[in-house]
Parts: sequence; structure tokens; C-alpha cells
Amino acid sequence: MFIIKNLQASIIDEKQTMQSILRGINLTINPGEVHAIMGPNGSGKSTLANTLAGREEYQISQGEVQFNGKNLLTMLPEERASEGLFLAFQYPVEIPGVNNMYFLKAAVNSIRKQRQLPLLDAMDFLALIKHKIKDVGLDESFLYRAVNEGFSGGEKKRNEVLQMLMLEPSLAILDETDSGLDIDSLQVVAQGVNSLRDGKRSFIVVTHYQRLLNYLVPDVVHVMLQGKIVKTGGKELALELEEKGYGWLENQVIV
Amino acid sequence: MANHYLKQVVNKSYEYGFITAIESDTFAPGLSEDVIRKISSLKNEPEFMLAWRLKAYHYWLTLTPPRWAQVSFPDIDYQSLIYYSAPKSKKDGPKSLGEVDPKLLETYEKLGIPLHERAKLAGIAVDAVFDSVSVATTFKEKLAEAGVIFCSFSEAVKKYPELIKKYLGTVVPYRDNFYAALNSAVFSDGSFVYVPKGVRCPMELSTYFRINAANTGQFERTLIIADEESYVSYLEGCTAPMRDENQLHAAVVELIALDKAQIKYSTVQNWYPGDEEGRGGIYNFVTKRGACRGKKSKISWTQIETGSAITWKYPSVILQGDDSVGEFYSVALTNHKQQADTGTKMIHIGKNTRSTIISKGISAGFGQNTYRGLVRILPTATNARNYTQCDSLLLSPTCGAHTFPAIDVKNATAQVEHEASTSKIGEDQLFYCRQRGISEEDAVSMIVNGFCKQVFKELPMEFAVEAQKLLEVSLEGSVG
Repeated sequence: MFIIKNLQASIIDEKQTMQSILRGINLTINPGEVHAIMGPNGSGKSTLANTLAGREEYQISQGEVQFNGKNLLTMLPEERASEGLFLAFQYPVEIPGVNNMYFLKAAVNSIRKQRQLPLLDAMDFLALIKHKIKDVGLDESFLYRAVNEGFSGGEKKRNEVLQMLMLEPSLAILDETDSGLDIDSLQVVAQGVNSLRDGKRSFIVVTHYQRLLNYLVPDVVHVMLQGKIVKTGGKELALELEEKGYGWLENQVIV
Repeated sequence: MANHYLKQVVNKSYEYGFITAIESDTFAPGLSEDVIRKISSLKNEPEFMLAWRLKAYHYWLTLTPPRWAQVSFPDIDYQSLIYYSAPKSKKDGPKSLGEVDPKLLETYEKLGIPLHERAKLAGIAVDAVFDSVSVATTFKEKLAEAGVIFCSFSEAVKKYPELIKKYLGTVVPYRDNFYAALNSAVFSDGSFVYVPKGVRCPMELSTYFRINAANTGQFERTLIIADEESYVSYLEGCTAPMRDENQLHAAVVELIALDKAQIKYSTVQNWYPGDEEGRGGIYNFVTKRGACRGKKSKISWTQIETGSAITWKYPSVILQGDDSVGEFYSVALTNHKQQADTGTKMIHIGKNTRSTIISKGISAGFGQNTYRGLVRILPTATNARNYTQCDSLLLSPTCGAHTFPAIDVKNATAQVEHEASTSKIGEDQLFYCRQRGISEEDAVSMIVNGFCKQVFKELPMEFAVEAQKLLEVSLEGSVG
């Protein structure tokens, strides 16, 4: 269970003024559900994703988030990760000189250690990752390159999905993972998520477009506008948005 | 935010700050012709050596210390320094390890330097220089079988005067600069290596420098000659006790590579850097230069500079022989109030000469880190090539990184490339790692380690490990 109650967050902008970005988010995600969050640019979707992952520049003024009965907001980012929260980044960063496989092994074992599971040795890890990298359609050579360095946009996103498959989160947040992807990559992302769906794991899929949702069918669709969820519906809501845009919802925002 | 962990990572306390209580023969402070004569006579040096020292001394008297570097420190009173200090030994000096003062061996043991048979496992022959004199050289016999000469500089002056006469001061003349002139006048010891024609030196050669005595300058001299088609890899490590006053280390290293010879020179410099307030620490004012005299010869410098209050050094290569290759790989870390002004000179003279410069500067605390480099292509250097990459990583808002690259091309066929970057350790990178479950401390290590990787991979294995430990980073796993 993942419960967000009245979450409000702001950021201090370049002029040192407080900008309120999340203005009272309420969201309950049951085990096994896929929730899509849609909305125009600047509506606060990515802020929500990053705030949940523990990004420090967002200041939380109110609200609470429960993750498996625990208070998520007091945890460090790495503790949230080991609790099972995964964020597929909108813009994955490059880490020069750090081997992609080394990075993933450090991540997997760091989380296993925090969960008091036995660490994977080099051989087991290698066998596992060679299997998983095929699923995301990347060549094995990507394992030996520096993390995201020189990867194309699509390759970076596939690498995010690879990390998700390796870390097997209980709640995965995909922050516009579909933006800028060709149709093949889009399917890889969708297949990655679908392969993890086991009735227990949950997903928050942040997206601008309906097309990802053709391959990755959501249980619930939310529309975010100006820091609030203004409408919630079933998968057909996504189609409606595609047709009508967001304008018709704007009168529903109560400032 | 990240700063708390960054501090932990870069502020590891200095492990080698102990002082060895040992009886020493120490001169009174001050420098004069008499002091130089005394040093020379104590070492039973031949006349030519004394004459050279005196010429250097008189030339030095006409010089003033260089002020162009991006470092600041109060003037040094050269008359208050001690120019010679040696552990007291019963006879002329230790003939074998058995005669070396056990306290001294203990010191090297503490430093993790294998002077005993353990060294065999490591496959490294060690020459240890304590304060001003060389105290022990291991594996002489095994090296002698291969024809390699590896001994203290003092011994070489007596046993191989012809080689010394032929090569000493030919790469770094005593007129080179203020500190080189001073070193030439008062150098007390150092290491000497000669690798004969066609010989691949069977083990890594290594020197450990240790300054122990207070108020003592350390002036050692290293001369390495690789004859035609030979190969040698040489490692240098340095530590010093923690003392409140600054200590001067002004060394000279000369490398000579003849036809098709290769010299690989690696340094892990961990002199005491001073405390958080910038009190104490070593002034490391060193002149290092190699000459690729022969065709297709190669000289490669790799340095990891983490210690010293002030570092002033520019390991350089003169590319004289056609098709010769010069390389410079450097990681310099400055923390607290440390200052480093370091880089290289690549002087292209021969045809088809190639040089590579990879410099990585890391600044933390109030550290100031400067890269200073010169690539000079002379008119004779047809088809010369240089590639320079110069990256700076800033770990705090109060530190600084500076770059002064100079390029001087006198031949139109030359190709010279220069790339530079300066970046702050990214909150984005740290957050990315942490979101994947990696602790902040490990993430910092990982990112810094990645930043230095191009240089670390140039180090011999034993040193690569030490270097990574020095930066408090975990060894990169070698899965698969």
C-alpha cells in the first residue's frame, strides 16, 4: 500500500522566493495497480516523482506519505530505495569512469545488504544481468561502458528499465520514460513494466502521451494541473485527454 | 546535504604522522661553502662531484625563488634549514639489512613498505631514503644477475663515476631553476638506476622517501638511465611526520631513455599536507624531467599527488629522438588549505614525436589546484602530435581550480589538441546513485574514483590499490 495524503511541496527558485509546486496531492495505490499521471508541462508531475524519491531541494510543508505502513518522508533516498521504491529518471545522468555493471552490482548489493539478504557474487550477478539485458534489447557491451556515458536517449531509457528489472522494486515510478522514444523503445519500456507485474508490485507512470498506455494498460488515470490531481478515471480518460487536451479541465482547478 | 559526507571522505586523518626516535648525525642549520664541502667529504665523493656542487651553489646564490606559480607562502629562510641529517650508524653505513637500525626497519614496517623478504612476493626492489640518506636497497643480487644497477646515489658516485659524469645534470642542469640549483649543491642522496642494453628490468623498482628530522630539508636526486631497447618501471612513495613547521623537499629526478628504451615512472606522493588550518606540511618543490634521447624511446610519468602543503612540480619530457613518446598522467587532490601548482612540459624536437597529457585535479575544502602545462613543437618536429585533457572536479564552494595551458607550435604539420572541463560534483549524480540504494559516502567515492580512472589505470597494480585507498575509494570491482 502506498498512500499520499495532502502532500504539499515547494522549491526555492533562483530569486530566492518560495514556489509552491505540489498543492495537496492525495493518492492511494493498492498492491498490483498501475496508476498513470498525466498533465501538461509544469503541472508538478516530475516534482511529485522526485519528492517521493527523496530529492532534497524540494521542501515539504505539509502532508504525509505511507509506504508499506512506514513514514516515507523521514527516510533517506537510499533507504527509500531499499524499501522498494524505484525512480526511472526523466534525464538519467552520466557518471564518467564508472562501469555500468559495477554500478548496478553496487546498487543491487547495497540494497540486498540493507534488506539483510546474502550478497550476489560476481558469477551469479553476471549470469543474471546477461539474461536481463537481452530483455531490454541492449547489447552486452553496454555493461562495460561508463554509466549512461555517450548513450543515446533511447539507450539511456532502456538502461533505466534494465536497472528496474535488476532491482525488482515494489513501487516503480516512471518519470516520462516514454518521452522522445521510438516505437520499439516504447514497447521495451512497456514490456519491462509488464514483466514485473505480479499482482503485488505497483507502478506510477508519469507521461504526457496516451501512446505508452496502449502497451501498458493502467488501472487508474489521474490528471494533474497546477500541483493538484483534478480528475481521476479509468484507462478511457487517457483517450479522452488525447482527444480534448487539458484545457477543458482547467476550470476545475481551485486555487 | 552532500557536504557532510564529502568532508568525511576527503578528511581522513594522516596516518603516517609519527616521529621515529632515532639517533642522527645532524648538521647545524645554515648553508655555506663549508657545509657543501662537509657533505661531500662525509660521502667520500670524488673531486668532480664537489666541483659540480660548488658551481651549483655559487650559481644558486645569484638566483631568487620563482614567484610565478599560483601558490602563496612566506619566504623561506634558507639559513635556518638543516642540510644534512642521517641516521647514526656504527660504521660507514649499513652494508646489509641486518646492519640497519631495527627502529628504522620498524618505521618502514609501519609505513607498509616491505624491506624484508616479503618484498619478493610483491616483486618490488626497494631503495629507502630516510631523511637525507639511502638506508637500504633490497634485491641487489637478483637485479645484478640481470645486469641492472640499482643503488643509492652516493654509492653510484663512487662505483660508477663514469656514468654519473656522463649523465648527471644533462636533463636538469644545475642552472635550470632555483630549487634545482639548490638541490645540485646540497643533495645528500637518492637513487640511481642503470638498465643495460636490451634488458627488461625483472621487477618494479621502488624508492620510499621519508622525512623524519625536524627543520630538515630533503634534497634527493634520482637518475635513471635506460640503455637501448631496455625497459624499467620505477615507483616512488613519500611520507613525513606531522610537524607544525613547514619542511622543504626539493628533489631532482632525471630520466634518460636511449633508442627504443622505455621508462615508466610512477609517484604516489603523500607528504604530510599540514593541518586543517594550514599549519605545517611539506613544501614539495620538485624538478622532474625525462629525455627521450633515442629513436622510438618512451617516457611515461604517472603521479598521484595527495599530500604536501604546497606542490610545485612539472614532470616533463624532452622528445628528442624521432618517433619518441611522452606521457603525463596526473591526479592531484588538494584539501583544507593545500595548494598545488602542477602539470608538465612536452618539448617536441624529433620527427613524429607524440605526447599525451591527462590531468585530473580535485579540490576540496579551501584547496587550490592549478594545472600548468606547456606543449612546444619546435621547427624540426615534423608530424608531431599532442593530446591534452585537463579536468577539474570541485567538491566544495570554497575551493578553486585554475588552468594555465600554453601551446607553442613552430611546425605547421603538428597536430595539437586540448580539451578541458571543470565540474562540481553533481547533486544529480549523487542523487542518482542514492536512488539506486548506494549510500552517499559510497556514491562520492564512486564518482571521484570514476573521475580518476584514466590515470589510475596507468599505475602498476600495487600502487593503483594504494592510490585508491588514498582517495578513500573502494576498488572498482572486476566482474566478468
